Order: sequence, then C-alpha cells, then structure tokens
Amino acid sequence: MSNLAILPILLPLLTGIILVFLNKRLPLVRLITRIMVLVNLAVVSIIAFNVIQNGTIVLKAGDWTVPYGIVLVADPLAMLLVVTANLISVACAFYAFKSLDEHRERYYFYPLFQLLIAGVSGAFLTGDLFNLFVFFEVLLIASYGLIVLGGTKEQFRESFKYIIINLFSSMLFVTTVSFLYAVVGTVNMAQLAERVGEVQQDGVLTTIAILLLIVFATKGALFPLYFWLPKSYTVPPTVISALFGALLTKVGVYSILRVFSLIFVYNLSVTHQILLILAGFTLVFGVIGALSTNNVQLIIAYNIIPAVGYMILGIGVFSATALAGTVYYLLHDMIIKAALFFLVGAMVAYSGTSDLRKMGGIIKNQPLLGWLFFIAALALAGLPPFSGFIGKLLILRGAFEEGHYVLGVIGLVTSLLILLSVIRIFINGFWGEPKSEYVSNGNPVQGKILPAAFLLVFTVLLGLGAEFVYPTVQTIADQMIDPINYIDSVMKE
Amino acid sequence: MEIIMSILAGMLFTAGVYMILQKQILKIIIGTALLSHGAHLFIITMGKLNRGKPPILSEGVTNYVDPLPQALILTSIVISFGVTSFLLVLAYRTYQTNGTDNMEKLRGNENE
Repeated sequence: MSNLAILPILLPLLTGIILVFLNKRLPLVRLITRIMVLVNLAVVSIIAFNVIQNGTIVLKAGDWTVPYGIVLVADPLAMLLVVTANLISVACAFYAFKSLDEHRERYYFYPLFQLLIAGVSGAFLTGDLFNLFVFFEVLLIASYGLIVLGGTKEQFRESFKYIIINLFSSMLFVTTVSFLYAVVGTVNMAQLAERVGEVQQDGVLTTIAILLLIVFATKGALFPLYFWLPKSYTVPPTVISALFGALLTKVGVYSILRVFSLIFVYNLSVTHQILLILAGFTLVFGVIGALSTNNVQLIIAYNIIPAVGYMILGIGVFSATALAGTVYYLLHDMIIKAALFFLVGAMVAYSGTSDLRKMGGIIKNQPLLGWLFFIAALALAGLPPFSGFIGKLLILRGAFEEGHYVLGVIGLVTSLLILLSVIRIFINGFWGEPKSEYVSNGNPVQGKILPAAFLLVFTVLLGLGAEFVYPTVQTIADQMIDPINYIDSVMKE
Repeated sequence: MEIIMSILAGMLFTAGVYMILQKQILKIIIGTALLSHGAHLFIITMGKLNRGKPPILSEGVTNYVDPLPQALILTSIVISFGVTSFLLVLAYRTYQTNGTDNMEKLRGNENE
C-alpha cells in the first residue's frame, strides 16, 4: 500500500531510461511517450484520489525507521501538485510531436522530458530536506539538457548563465542543509518541525531560514533573484519553455510553501515579514517587465514572476484563507502558464516572428487560436469564472483580513496590469489588418491548439467547479496552519 | 579541528565566489568546483570530526561517528561531479558556437 507513494517518480524515471535505449527508433519513442504520460496521469490520479479519501501515504525507503531513512510523503498537497504536473506533461508530450523538429526529438528530448517529470514529482513527494536537494538536482540536470537542446547560439549564451546560477544556489542549499543538521540534528522535515520548536536557537534558525529562502527564491524567481528567468525561458523551443514555466519555478514556490509552513513558523515577525516585502516587490517588478517588451514570448515569461509574487504573498500572510488561495493559485498557475506558452508558441509559428509590432490580424485566419488566447488571458489576469479568480480572491481576502492593505492594493493593481500586458498581445496580435508576410507552408498551428485547449478546459473546470476542489484545498491549508497531521503521519509507527 | 575545517571551507567559498565572478568561462567552472568542495567539506565538519571510529551504530559500540553526513557528502560529490563534467562540455560547445569564452561578450539582445 505505502509503495504507491513512489510510483509517480518511478514510472517516468523508468520510461526515461527505456527511451534512452530506443533512441534510434523515433516512432516507437513517440508511441511509448504518448502511452506512458497517459498511464502516469491515470496512476497519479488514482493515488491522489486515494490519498484525499483515506489520508496521507508514507513510504519509508528501504524500511528504515523514520528519522534515519528517507521518507516519501504523499499528502493531499503533494498529490494535487503531482496530478497537475502530470496534466502538464500530457499536454507537453502531445505538443512536442507537433512543434519540435526531428533533430531535437532525436537528441534525447523524450528521455530528458520524462526525467524532468520524475524530478518534479520527487521534489513534491519527498519528506526529507536533503532528498529535496537530490530531486532538485534531478530536475535541474534534466532541465540543463533540455535548455541547450538544439544548440543555437542564443541557447548556449543564456543556458550557461542559467546553469551557473542554479549550481550556485544548489551549493548554497547543501551548505544550508548541513547548517540545519548541525543545529537540529536531523534532515527529516517532520522531525525538523518537531525539533525546531524545542532547540531554542531562534537566531541561528532564523538565519538558516533566510538562507533557505534565498535558495528557493533563486529557483522560484523571486525578487531580486528573478533576473535570470525571462531570457533563459524564451531561448529554448516553446514546449520546453512551457515545461519550465509551468513546473520549475513552481517547485521553488512549493518548497517555500512547505518549509515556511511546516518548519520555520516560530519567528513569523521576521521570516514571513520578509516574504511579504519580497512578494510586493516581485509583483511590481515582474509586471513592469511584462509591460516593457514587445516580444510575445518574453511577455509570457515575465508574467511568471508576478504569479510567484501572489503565491509568496499568500504564504507571507499565513492565514488559512491566504494559504488556501496560494495552493489554488499554484494549481491554476501551472496549468495556465503552460497553456499560454503553447498559444504564444503557435502565434510565433504562424506569424514567423515573436515581435508584437510585426504581428496583426491573426484572428482572421485562426479564430480558434484567438479566442483560446483570449480565455487564457482572462484566466491569467484572474477574471471570473476562471481558476485564477478564486486563487487571487482568497489570497487578497486573506491579505485584507490580516491588515496588509498596501500589499492587497498592490496585488489588485498588479492584476490589472497583468491583464493589460496580455490583452496587448491580443489587441496587437489578433486584431487589425493581417500583416501576412509569412510564407504559408501547411498549417503551422495545426495540432498545437489541442494541447492548449486541453489545459484550458481544466482552467475553466477549476474555476466553475471550485465547489468540488475548494473543500480539499481548504483542508490542506488548515493542515498547513496546524501541521500536526503531517508530523503525526510521518513520525508514528 | 572543526574550527580549522570551517575556516578552510570558508576560504574555499571565498575563492570559489571570486572565480565565479571572472569573465572567462573556464575560470567560472573552476569556481563552481571550488564552491562545491567547500560545501562538501562543510557537511563533513557539521557531523563532528572524530578520527578512528566507525560510522556504525550497533549494539555494544558506544564510540561512533555520525554516518549521516558521510552519506550526504557522497551523494553531493556524485552530483557535483556530474554537473561539473556537463559544464565543461557545455563550455566547450559554447566556445565553439559563439566563438568566444568571454562572458562580457556573451550577452546581447539579438532576440528582441
């Protein structure tokens, strides 16, 4: 029974390894990928359903007793995120067939893609801080491979910076974990949560908390450590940008959420105050970036940053409402970012340029693409009835309830500016006279709309079906405020 | 002993950070290697340095070294080894494709 917890990691890992050996036979690789992403989605959905119904599944790797071995904790939060990550992986797998050139497909795109999913699932599921580092490395190394795939000049230029920054923050992560081990004597998250209150070392622990925040802020693109993100996310092909934009930064946000709701909750006036301030700056600077450019891919990449700001705001406010909002927004943002990258990728493929000033009138020939983009834009900005609305509503309500009026207002204004930044794409790109300088070779958009539509269905479902999802999310948030449930399920037996 | 090791780790960090801030790609890679050495040294120091004792807790053995940092450091060494070798290949390809190994010249806005 408890072995179920490792399946979301094991399936993509094994698939990835098998695909490496089948590399020469591309049709077979495509077929296996297609089947395995669907199988994986089905499996994680069943596990998630099981977890939400019957409670957390804990796997003790190698059957070591709890504080000594590695534990995998499939709690409702982790499983919801794993399911969402697998939704993205299904959409990306089907988008990849249509959008990648064969050269890139042959050079191990599919194995790296599967390993990335394995790393992301692992990072969500692990209950051990050092193991979190290991899964971070798994997903980062896969992402290093993906970001240089194809080997164009720009890719090499930007990916080198991406790798150095991530490497630096990983080393800081290891160092911080060893600091924490020296102070508290464990790396198991549940035991950390128990002991941090007992050891009476507030000063050192707060320092360690801030060091960890720096690490996760680099991975999650928080102000002022987001500078590496926009460019390195726009140089690889669309499907890889979508994967990165949807999953990688969210893993960083998830880690902040986990660590600052479970472990470092004893000095809220310092740690969570810092989170609030950073959230405010992240919101403002991210959206300014999104408004500052005419490159459509860059606009979407910049829009990742204010979304991270919202989630960090929810964590900083640290009330049940705001945390529920954060979880909701996390689910929403993974889906909508992938969908937006897909749609913008289709726009770029259609018009042959990523410069907004050279686009126009796409809706005349591609009405479906246009309207899907319109829906995605509204969902991103958080208009009802789409999923973004619920998350933002809860986060901002939490902020106002706890008296963070300035941040609440910043959040509202940012929301409007986000709408402006994406509607600008809609108005300039889809309306107006068609500037059809592109050479029509077949239909470049064909097959790219379906994965985006697939994801947008879930955006609408998350928005309209909030009544079904919200109770689960609220339970998760309540358990985060009072993590006794998580600790008990890991530490007992 | 722990103090000396901590200072040594600190020196490695300093040198690593200095090297990362250089312009030449190869120097940056050496910097990351130094940095990871510093981090590894630091992990082993954090578990207390006891010489000549086994990292095993079994019945009857009261004198033992904390085995966990040793497990952590091993994992971390393997990872940083892999990443460093990847970086070296990447640096070579970056140099070949872009025709320079100077980070100052590796910035630009051609895509905008």
